[in-house]
Amino acid sequence: MVEIRMRVNGVMEALDLEPRVSLLDALREHLGLTGTKKGCDQGACGACTVLVDGERINSCLALAVQYDGREITTIEGVGDGERAHPLQSAFVRHDGFQCGYCTSGQICSAIGMLAEHGSGAPSAVTEHLSADTIELSDAEIRERMSGNLCRCGAYNGIVGAIREAASGEAGRDVMEAVR
Amino acid sequence: MKAFSYVSATDVAAALRAISTEPNAKFLGGGTNLVDLMREEIEQPDTIIDITRLPLSGIEELPGGGVRIGAMVRNSHLAAHRLIRTRYPMLSQAVLTGASAQLRNMATVGGNLLQRTRCLYFYDGAAACNKREPGRGCDAIGGFTRNHAILGASEACVATHPSDMCVALAALDATVVAESVRGVRRIPMTEFHVLPGETPDIETTLAADELVTAVELPDLPVAATSAYRKVRDRASYAFALVSVAAALETSGGAVSAVRLALGGVAAKPWRAYQAEQVLLGAPATDETFERAADAELAPAVAQSQNAFKIELARRAIVATLRRLLTEGSAA
Amino acid sequence: MTQAPVHSRPAPATAERIVGKPIDRVDGRAKTTGAARYSAEYPYPDIAHAALVHATVSRGRIAGIDAAAASAVPGVLAVITHLNAPAMKPPPPVSMMNLSSLASGTTVNYLNTDEVHWDGQPVAVVVAETLEAAQRAASLVEVTYETLPATFDFAAEEKNAKPQKSDLVQSGGATKGDAEAALAAAPVSVDLRFTTPPHNHNALEPHATTAAWDGDRVTVYDGAQNMYWVRDNLALKFGIPAANVRVISPYVGGAFGGKTMVWAGTILTVLAARVTARPVRLMLTREGVYRTVGGRTPSTQRVALGAEADGRLTALVHTSVTRLGRVGGGPEQVTSQSRHLYDAENILVQQNLVKLDLLPNTVMRAPGESIGTFALESAIDELAGELGMDPIALRMRNEPERNPIDGKRFAHRMLREAYARGAERFGWSERTPEPGSMRDGRWLVGMGVASAYHPSWQFAANVTVRLSADGTVVVRCGFHEMGMGGATAQAQIAADALGVPFEAVRVEYGDTALPTGPGAGGSGQTASIAASLVSACDKLKRSVLALARRSGDSPLRGQRMTGVEARDGGLYRTGRPGLGETYAAILTRAGRDSVEARVGSDTRVGAIAGQVRFMSKLMLDRRRWVKAASGAQFCEVRVDPDTGEVRVSRWVGVFDVGTVINAKTTAGQLRGGIVMGVGMALSEETLVDPRNGRIMNPSLAEYHVPVHADIPSIDVSWLDEPDPTMPLGLIGVGEVSITGAAAAIANAVHHATGRRVRDLPITLDRLL
Ligand SMILES: Cc1cc2nc3c(=O)[nH]c(=O)nc-3n(C[C@H](O)[C@H](O)[C@H](O)COP(=O)(O)OP(=O)(O)OC[C@H]3O[C@@H](n4cnc5c(N)ncnc54)[C@H](O)[C@@H]3O)c2cc1C
Ligand code: SF4
Ligand code: FES
Ligand code: FES
Repeated sequence: MVEIRMRVNGVMEALDLEPRVSLLDALREHLGLTGTKKGCDQGACGACTVLVDGERINSCLALAVQYDGREITTIEGVGDGERAHPLQSAFVRHDGFQCGYCTSGQICSAIGMLAEHGSGAPSAVTEHLSADTIELSDAEIRERMSGNLCRCGAYNGIVGAIREAASGEAGRDVMEAVR
Repeated sequence: MKAFSYVSATDVAAALRAISTEPNAKFLGGGTNLVDLMREEIEQPDTIIDITRLPLSGIEELPGGGVRIGAMVRNSHLAAHRLIRTRYPMLSQAVLTGASAQLRNMATVGGNLLQRTRCLYFYDGAAACNKREPGRGCDAIGGFTRNHAILGASEACVATHPSDMCVALAALDATVVAESVRGVRRIPMTEFHVLPGETPDIETTLAADELVTAVELPDLPVAATSAYRKVRDRASYAFALVSVAAALETSGGAVSAVRLALGGVAAKPWRAYQAEQVLLGAPATDETFERAADAELAPAVAQSQNAFKIELARRAIVATLRRLLTEGSAA
Repeated sequence: MTQAPVHSRPAPATAERIVGKPIDRVDGRAKTTGAARYSAEYPYPDIAHAALVHATVSRGRIAGIDAAAASAVPGVLAVITHLNAPAMKPPPPVSMMNLSSLASGTTVNYLNTDEVHWDGQPVAVVVAETLEAAQRAASLVEVTYETLPATFDFAAEEKNAKPQKSDLVQSGGATKGDAEAALAAAPVSVDLRFTTPPHNHNALEPHATTAAWDGDRVTVYDGAQNMYWVRDNLALKFGIPAANVRVISPYVGGAFGGKTMVWAGTILTVLAARVTARPVRLMLTREGVYRTVGGRTPSTQRVALGAEADGRLTALVHTSVTRLGRVGGGPEQVTSQSRHLYDAENILVQQNLVKLDLLPNTVMRAPGESIGTFALESAIDELAGELGMDPIALRMRNEPERNPIDGKRFAHRMLREAYARGAERFGWSERTPEPGSMRDGRWLVGMGVASAYHPSWQFAANVTVRLSADGTVVVRCGFHEMGMGGATAQAQIAADALGVPFEAVRVEYGDTALPTGPGAGGSGQTASIAASLVSACDKLKRSVLALARRSGDSPLRGQRMTGVEARDGGLYRTGRPGLGETYAAILTRAGRDSVEARVGSDTRVGAIAGQVRFMSKLMLDRRRWVKAASGAQFCEVRVDPDTGEVRVSRWVGVFDVGTVINAKTTAGQLRGGIVMGVGMALSEETLVDPRNGRIMNPSLAEYHVPVHADIPSIDVSWLDEPDPTMPLGLIGVGEVSITGAAAAIANAVHHATGRRVRDLPITLDRLL
């Protein structure tokens, strides 16, 4: 057993874990945070996406012990209590889901993605890698979100929600929330 | 997953001490390959040495004009780094076409070098696999070989190395810096991975107790005009069927400098020396590109289901060079 | 092409109809905040975890099991095998009078037999204090087998297929005239062979079950498409009354047919909980899903078409071979659409089956039509090429007035309108017919069309509706929510039927303690519940009116239902605004907290009566009508001329799905089917090793479902014309849009490249 401490959604949690426990299982089974989903347990679907110090990762391939001392945000920590995060309400408006099983991962991933884009990081479809600013086109959103499968096929709604949340009034909120 | 003990190393010396004293120990980078394989029980270490807290996360320019990339640099940070994007765009692109953004945020440069094959039979404990259990046979041969090798395979193993990053590194004449209690060693990227021969369980020239500390890129002007082209079964989040890392410079219509490597075709990132030889000094035309591809692929041998990869590799080489010529660099 | 006008039906006089509106899902907040709980997410303080051990031979007997190492793993509570498992009853024989007998995914009595029937069959279940210990221990169970001869190579065994016999529900074949003779005599013809590979549903939520016994009662959280089948099946297996089993599945993380039957994981979790006397949870690994839950059968199909030079079809032949498991599985209705789509003079359809030693197949989104339309609609495109005709014109030339195979009436048929609107939205007229003639930069561009077709179904549904004195309404029905938005749609229907605001309605579902709902299958759930819900609301309104009409103080005194309408939260006299009163007023005056109405009965007798009613209505309907959803799929692809990579760049789908209850969720469902169709066309394939029958890519990394980057923006629309034979005029939307999708892509690929690919998936090697 290894003792670790992580700040999860703003709350400091102390856990006594076997080293083989994944961050995903630590969240779901030990902390009762079942909003983060397990779709494959092999890094191939993105349902388990959480934010670690603001960066998105697949928690199923992360050993929890490795994240000792880090700051974890799960879907339960997105949004501000009763007030939904703009991405959450945009997902509802755009019907960016059906069964909902990929949704937590999609939303956490989108938050991480917008931060990456905001920092100027390129993607595999970025035309000119050396460009200083990269327009967040639909093609860019799609490529950057491709680590999150949606078997229900709600991709159009997800892209629509992200596009809306990333632009205009709501977009500034998102960027605030990301920072 | 078998139970194991966990230690976290905070300096290189401690990591090296741990790996040389703990029996059956493994380093843990981002875990995206190791944890997966441990869950599949293909890897069963008794001790895990977490090296992600080592101070090896920097990317810095070297005095001679090259760049040194710390082994703990995350794939996403590598791809986004200004120096890489502008001077070695093929490397940024190669990394960005690999896996997903989440995985790239986790994966380290060191771990990417040492990731293992995605052969379906390697992943299936019920299948015979010489890489997992030397001497047991290879169920891939005669089975599903769509993502298997066309170059450098042996009768013992026909698997490919799945990395995209490594293909670019092979093209860029990178050097892997490794350290053990015995000292520091510099291994040219093209000699880092080895072909299977009789011993497919041996995949690299790195010793079990050696730690990769960095990868160094030489000063390589041709790399500024470079691109990585990955061909796969869906638009993103899939391993390469074939990939091409290419850098090309022409002067007066002739090829004045070139670097070319292939992915998805062999147990190692395949530096295309034969093709480079044909290209260098020859007129930069489709005809030359085709001749170069043919020269490289002359020894190619197909498995039951992957003959198409020979033609695909040929076309991908030509198309990538042609695009570099007409549209310029990915930068 | 005909120019039949396409128009939406005007809204009824009642002011604010909620049906049809793009209302946000009622569970949107739960699903976007992580609050929605799926079946592995119900906490028990003393929960134990289970893991399965799978056979690694296709057929044989277990010769020995060594569980010593597994049992020695710290935390292991039990290693359950056929040597120590308590006896369970085998699955019941299949009977049409007890539809839950259809529920068993296989006929194997798991862990009560030493026989192995497919590679992957569970041969042991390990229970431990932690998930990690259970999974580790499962890997240490050593099983040895005595192997028996087996057949599992579909391509090699296909020749041994036997014609499928017809039964009450499914027809194996049919003929009209002499299609082979007409084919031979036809001036223009094609005679083609198509293949489709096995597919897996890959719902993002792996099958998961949490089971807790209390004496001889058990509560089971199980992501299911038919909780009642799960309940009845478990009751039978464990020898307890159905009333002792409560199955709960409020949220299901996708299913697509994969959670219709009862599979090993569910049964073995309940068994493990019984053996260990602990609540037990089992979430199948992704590999475990592939090894224990059936997928779509592969198929080989022959489609032969004969036509006059003007395109009139004289012969249509469609035959298929699909596989069953030796221990279960069902015929896939591959030729279904070929009986309905084209007015050919002579028709021959026949489905053939071969039994193999593989995990039995099961239903997967539009079983039959999804792969059947690939062959038929590709063949039509090829015939159009032979004739030099536009493929839409060829279809319209052969658009039938009555059902081609038997002359029955169509309940509803609007394919002409769908094509007309689709062609316009898509810009079909921009297409130059010559293959390879369109380019965009270096990309080859191709445009293709195909018809979509899926029969519509309606099942029995028991519903209660309760109206409270505070004006709120609760609808209760044990139906299933896997993403279709059922609760939202039913709340809309109830709101309109009762004239109350949408927000006043709450819908309870996903629990067998509720009135028996329909299974989620055949795209029939919404229509089935709607029928009962509307009549329950009618009953309710009559009860409320009865309270009012007796009261001297009510403006509704002495009124009959015919003169009264429900609106503004109450009953009002038709055409007399203001004359009436709110439900709250009526109930309060009558001194009632609530009024409830019920349709259907959950007693044993009631259930049997319901079953009989359902079967006889089905038979009657079948005799009178041919009912279906249909549509026109238009797609544009780009093909890389160097590498053969195909990208879908544009999509327009126009569908005839009758009344649309919720424009938002309907669009989502239709798009979702198309997305799955894109996967089917371009990348999906379950790899079954022909040397040993083992699935070799049981993983989301190696079975390629479409990702974000594969999917363009998809334009879906519908004709919004009610089907007069269906409740509220609605036809299900869950499956129709995957049909025709693969053919539209294959046809577009042909148009782009001149290459005709008749074997799915259309991977790039087929275009090099
Ligand atoms: C679903 C999925 C899809 C993927 N797709 C792609 C793809 O398209 N292209 C691609 O290139 N990759 C792909 N990957 C693989 C991914 O890139 C690798 O898993 C990753 O790069 C490994 O890095 P890591 O730091 O996580 O390594 P780990 O998993 O931590 O380690 C891998 C191995 O390297 C050893 N190791 C790690 N660091 C060092 C070091 N410094 N010195 C010595 N030994 C070390 C470990 O002991 C271990 O044996 C995919 C992975 C997944 C799960
Ligand atoms: S190809 Fe190599 S890795 Fe694959 S099964 Fe054969 S020996 Fe193992
Ligand atoms: S559960 Fe982690 S990627 Fe699928
Ligand atoms: S909403 Fe079901 S998988 Fe995305």
